Amino acid sequence: MPKKKIDPAYQLEYLAILDEKGKLDETLEPDIPDELLLKLHRAMLLGRRFDERLLNLQRQGRIGTFAPITGQEAAQLGAVAPLRPSDWFAPSFRETAAELWRGRKMESVILAFAGFAEGAISETKLNNLPVAIPVASQIPHAVGIAWAMKYRGKDDVAMTFFGDGGTSEGDFHEGMNLAALYQVPVIFICQNNHWAISIPRSRQTHSKTIAQKALAYDMPGIQVDGNDVLAVYAAAQEAVERARSGGGPTLIECVTYRMMMHTTADDPKRYRRDEEVEVWKKRDPLPRFQAYLKAKGLLSEEQIEAVEEGIKGEIQAAVDRAETQMEAAGDPLDMFDHAYAELPSFLEEQREELREELAAIKEETHG
Amino acid sequence: MAKMTMVQALNLALRQEMEKDDRVIVLGEDVGVDGGVFRVTDGLFEQFGESRSLDTPLAESGIVGMSIGMAVYGLRPVCEIQFSGFSYFNFHQIESHAARLRWRSQGQLNVPMVLRTPYGGGVRALEHHSESREVFYAHIPGIKMVIPSGPRNARALLVAAIRDPDPVIFFEGKAIYRAFREEVPEEEETLAIGSSQVVREGKDLTMISYGAMMRPTLEAAEELKEKDGVEAEVIDLLTISPLDHKCFVESVTKTGRAMVIHEAPRSFGPGAEVVSRLMEKAFYYLEAPISRVTGFDLTIPLFSREKAYLPGVRRIITSARKMLKN
Repeated sequence: MPKKKIDPAYQLEYLAILDEKGKLDETLEPDIPDELLLKLHRAMLLGRRFDERLLNLQRQGRIGTFAPITGQEAAQLGAVAPLRPSDWFAPSFRETAAELWRGRKMESVILAFAGFAEGAISETKLNNLPVAIPVASQIPHAVGIAWAMKYRGKDDVAMTFFGDGGTSEGDFHEGMNLAALYQVPVIFICQNNHWAISIPRSRQTHSKTIAQKALAYDMPGIQVDGNDVLAVYAAAQEAVERARSGGGPTLIECVTYRMMMHTTADDPKRYRRDEEVEVWKKRDPLPRFQAYLKAKGLLSEEQIEAVEEGIKGEIQAAVDRAETQMEAAGDPLDMFDHAYAELPSFLEEQREELREELAAIKEETHG
Repeated sequence: MAKMTMVQALNLALRQEMEKDDRVIVLGEDVGVDGGVFRVTDGLFEQFGESRSLDTPLAESGIVGMSIGMAVYGLRPVCEIQFSGFSYFNFHQIESHAARLRWRSQGQLNVPMVLRTPYGGGVRALEHHSESREVFYAHIPGIKMVIPSGPRNARALLVAAIRDPDPVIFFEGKAIYRAFREEVPEEEETLAIGSSQVVREGKDLTMISYGAMMRPTLEAAEELKEKDGVEAEVIDLLTISPLDHKCFVESVTKTGRAMVIHEAPRSFGPGAEVVSRLMEKAFYYLEAPISRVTGFDLTIPLFSREKAYLPGVRRIITSARKMLKN
């Protein structure tokens, strides 16, 4: 009848490869092809500049509320970079940089934030779920997709994103439990950005780390410096490979920071100190990655300038396209499309009711 | 044709669809090895193995959330929520995602899943095992809400639900799971979702019901004929949403009198929608106020009092006689 430790093998790892000053731990440096490194850099910069432009558009009243991603570029892009197109991606609502990497068009993002359902339409069918706003509710979807992949004998994986706040939701725990139980190929990416609107990470859970929650489900869990794109990539790559080869799910906690407001409808000055934000500004994922690329001889100041220029043009072109599309889109009758595969007769009647009203308004305005 | 209970008929539908289509997966609590607490999934584990007859942990939201993912990926999950009284855990997955993914993705994704769950009273069960909350689901745009009334239509409707490209909530009256048998053909049979049926013709009044309440309704119609010489037309809604008003509107334009019978509470119940449609489309044919014979607006009592709560033959007849006096 002993009283003893059950499994002392449970241990958690923390991974950081590139520190905030750009200093590299060469023993841990992942083997990433130069081309991919530069692609990641461009995507991070695009994520940042697009965010800035969206904020601008929001302040001008050209789009509605949105959730900025600034500061989380490494945590998002390092995670999705090891995915291939046949893998599935199930985002929450603050993964714009990752969504762009996965093929969503910037104009689609702008249209959606401007209140157009057309924003959900991609040019080609991608294996991405649309943004999920109810916190953590997308997690079981990724588990179901991964279950189906396993059932079909594919070596694809599903990756889902959520924040530190999301780990308090039941769907997080149900999803983690189901994934581990069925050993399905899913990767849980927690963007621990320290704030769930006004609730700091310390008041979200008593746990020291988010990563340790994996231990309860007997799945690998790792905490990484989420502002270190090399560390995020290395951890994600390992998790993706494990999932592909039948090794089951992984939880990755990316420790990062929400540099901006929760959404544009929120004022963080009401609940957090500027000093804290200043500390995290020094941990910005972009400058350290640029220092790393410069040290490797892959990038120069001039080249960064050129990338910035290219991105600026790309964003402007997307804004222009989005605004052109908005002029053509938005027929209110379209709201009846996609309710069901086939419109039931009672909905046809309601559609007719709106059509008549719209026609009458048009007549009054132009008649 | 074999005579079957509703449990056996539902089992036949699942078995045949699983034989035909390897996308069809059954999942839920105790549906595998145990064959379901009501035995609806009996034998599927033995025939199709655990990958297609999947026992899940106690996680209703996870079961439905997973089913959504499976459906989006191209499977046809049929999940079982053991009692509809526990389906509130998964409600947000239905409301927030199953119902909306087609619209949210502007037609790129769809969620061809079925959520099967027993509903209703009359089996002397514990609290949370007897309620009738079909309106919760019927109120959600993008969802189809189906309630069969007997073995034959249960089988045909479940087949249709599994093949439907949109999410279907399928309520099974536990009071009629084994209450009677019907001939159910071995060969394929489906019924269109969104269509109601006239199951008894009559000229004097129209009785509109569905699910487990169809039996007392039909019994009341017979008694009215015998004792009062009244010919009641009886309509089985079969689908709560999308509601087929053409069927009952046509009947009421003929009879001029209508009553709705359901065990769900009266206020904001399915009857309220039926009455509204009649007011909109058959008002000038009405010869008497429409009546609703329903559960009271209360939590369904524990089983010592549930018989008094549930609409029965007597209450239906009383209401019909009152209406016929007008």
